[in-house]
Amino acid sequence: MALLQLSEPGQSAAPHEHRLAVGIDLGTTNSLVATVRSGMAVVLNDELGRPLLPSVVRYGTDGQVEVGYGAQAHHSADPKNTIVSVKRFMGRGHQDIAHIESMPYDFVEAEGMVKLKTAQGVKSPVEVSADILRALRERAEASLGGTLTGAVITVPAYFDDAQRQATKDAARLAGLSVLRLLNEPTAAAIAYGLDNASEGIYAVYDLGGGTFDISILKLSKGVFQVLSTGGDSALGGDDFDHRVFCWIIEQAKLTPVSHGDARLLQMRAREAKEFLTVSGEAPIFAKLSTGEFVDLRLTTEIFAEITRTLVQKTLGPTKKALRDAGLAPEDVKGVVMVGGATRMPQIQQAVEAFFGQEPLNNLDPDKVVALGAATQANLLAGNRAAGDDWLLLDVIPLSLGIETMGGLVEKIIPRNSTIPVARAQEFTTFKDGQTAMALQVVQGERELVSDCRSLARFELRGIPPMVAGAARIRVTFQVDADGLLSVTAREQTSGHEARVEVKPAYGLSDDEITSMLKDGYTHASEDAFRRALREAQVEAQRLVEAVQSALKDDPHLLSTLERAHVDSCLAKLQGVLLGDDRRAIDAAMDALSKGTAEFAARRMNQSVQRALAGKKVDEVEL
Amino acid sequence: MTIFDLETIRQDFFSLFGLPRQQALDADALEVLYRDIQAKVHPDKHAHLADSDKRLAMQWATHVNEAYQTLKNPLARARYLLRLAGHEVGLESNTAMPTEFLVAQMGLRETVAEAKDAGDADRLDALHRRLRKEIGGEYAQLQQALDAKELERAGALVRQLMFQEKLFQEIDDALALVEG
Repeated sequence: MALLQLSEPGQSAAPHEHRLAVGIDLGTTNSLVATVRSGMAVVLNDELGRPLLPSVVRYGTDGQVEVGYGAQAHHSADPKNTIVSVKRFMGRGHQDIAHIESMPYDFVEAEGMVKLKTAQGVKSPVEVSADILRALRERAEASLGGTLTGAVITVPAYFDDAQRQATKDAARLAGLSVLRLLNEPTAAAIAYGLDNASEGIYAVYDLGGGTFDISILKLSKGVFQVLSTGGDSALGGDDFDHRVFCWIIEQAKLTPVSHGDARLLQMRAREAKEFLTVSGEAPIFAKLSTGEFVDLRLTTEIFAEITRTLVQKTLGPTKKALRDAGLAPEDVKGVVMVGGATRMPQIQQAVEAFFGQEPLNNLDPDKVVALGAATQANLLAGNRAAGDDWLLLDVIPLSLGIETMGGLVEKIIPRNSTIPVARAQEFTTFKDGQTAMALQVVQGERELVSDCRSLARFELRGIPPMVAGAARIRVTFQVDADGLLSVTAREQTSGHEARVEVKPAYGLSDDEITSMLKDGYTHASEDAFRRALREAQVEAQRLVEAVQSALKDDPHLLSTLERAHVDSCLAKLQGVLLGDDRRAIDAAMDALSKGTAEFAARRMNQSVQRALAGKKVDEVEL
Repeated sequence: MTIFDLETIRQDFFSLFGLPRQQALDADALEVLYRDIQAKVHPDKHAHLADSDKRLAMQWATHVNEAYQTLKNPLARARYLLRLAGHEVGLESNTAMPTEFLVAQMGLRETVAEAKDAGDADRLDALHRRLRKEIGGEYAQLQQALDAKELERAGALVRQLMFQEKLFQEIDDALALVEG
């Protein structure tokens, strides 16, 4: 369908230049990978034709790593080493995880993001997620027959910086080039908006296995603008299962229950919940390892009663998101339901009652996020057909602040700011000769640091020594299009850039990731090195094509001398591209990137001029 | 083709959008211009290009977002106009405010606190709506002052409005607490 016509000459890829890009829905319960093939977004199935990959990873004592249905089959036999719902641990510490005591895992006592002791050593949730992503990458590459250019990976809109960074780190470990971290509700809106050619204000109500997101979007003329977002990154279908699980324990008067039996009953609880979507009564039958039998009947009424407060918990953030957008429920044109958990009849009823309209369910709630992500990935990779143009304007979900005197928070970037966004603040030193300073950044809406979530400690080093109070250190807080924060600092009087060291509160340090990457290479075969080389070649080829295309469009923006320099860098890269020296390729790419920086700046100015000039000549069309 | 001075465009938000430097603003025109420029500079349009392109795109898109947010909000827009005219409006400080205004504000804050403690969401909502209606008149006065280049008066109005806008934030926070 034709949206905003913003055709750029020379940027549509010829058929043989189609880049392999995928969208990945890394879910709490299930994951999916999808791509755009012949102009249509499709989910890629496994060898048995199944679209879903259960987000379950098993680390066997035999050294095997199993992901998906195979791992799931073992989860009650080997609960300690079979990790389910790892998404709930990403960027989270011990105190963040509900019911941690009832979990079968062996947690390592440590600060920061939790770690698990498995039969194959200590694993970070980042590594477990990487194993899931790797399985999806392999499925995609097998299906598409080539190395991937990149992937769009979705995250809950309400994920904070630590959770997002953990996801990006997992992708890196899995050998995926992340084109964008995309918010799940926004991904659903793309799939939905493009599918239905809808315009207006939409709410996306996304209840997944472990997270709840509510986003209010304005769809208009090919622009998807998120007005506000809210949610609860620790509320999902799992919690409904848990209520049923507790009910089973209570009704059957079972305590204590072994980890294996607990897993079995949790599975029965989930099955019962799903069964109630189509029937008024669900049988729950299980034989425990003790020889005891559980034989119960769960009715819709009982289920509604024991889960009522959970449903209510989704309405608070919904009201807040509407208020943040300056809207009332009746201003919403349609409510899109996303996530398997929205199949529950009481969720459908609660949403209908709140918005005063029947929610929209015509897209498969399990697939819609992956399909939207694939559609976006296709666009970001540079595969563009005429009329295939839309713009996503997303927001940061939580306010960012810095710690000031007395444990107070000074908000620097408010929630629901459209990204990318930056804010600069000036600081000074308070000791003579001070060359370093530290800033504590937090996320949240409260006034006290202790009530907010610690993001990271940023240590600025290399400040030129001066008299106390003389230094003017301009610190820039930049949130990028993935919703990730980076900090730079410059001492204004000397113009000196300070070195910034990041100490994340709930994340992996650069050293930890490097060592995990190294581990990955030592354990993998020769193929890992060839993989890395192939990836570098794919990226280099992409860069060569982009520069060639730019030179074809705008040769007039370079002087003869400048053009000669760019041509030389280009030739250098083309020369090493076909070889097998990965480092040479990286160096040549870097040189070409630097060599075309000025050219890129001029092209950008020209684009903006054209956008403005167009408006002056024509009538502004609304 | 005219060569734009990039630094000029980048420093003056009005020039960036080609809009007249004044308080009155065609909101619809701003929306269209914002979308059109973002469509060119947004990082999503440069995701498959070199690192230098991506970095540049992020800087541009960030700048365009800042310009848009500043111009879109009437109070931010007024503050910006005053800043361009060399008249920086400082942070609101109680000593600069007329007494009766402060007394009225304190009264409203008490009302909010009471409603919050009573858990009365309806009362908070109603207050929000009433104040929003009343504040419209003040914004009209502000525009008039700016058009007449009466910078001192405009500055005083801006300081007052900043105070009042903060109250809306407090009502929102109170509502979030009551409904939470």
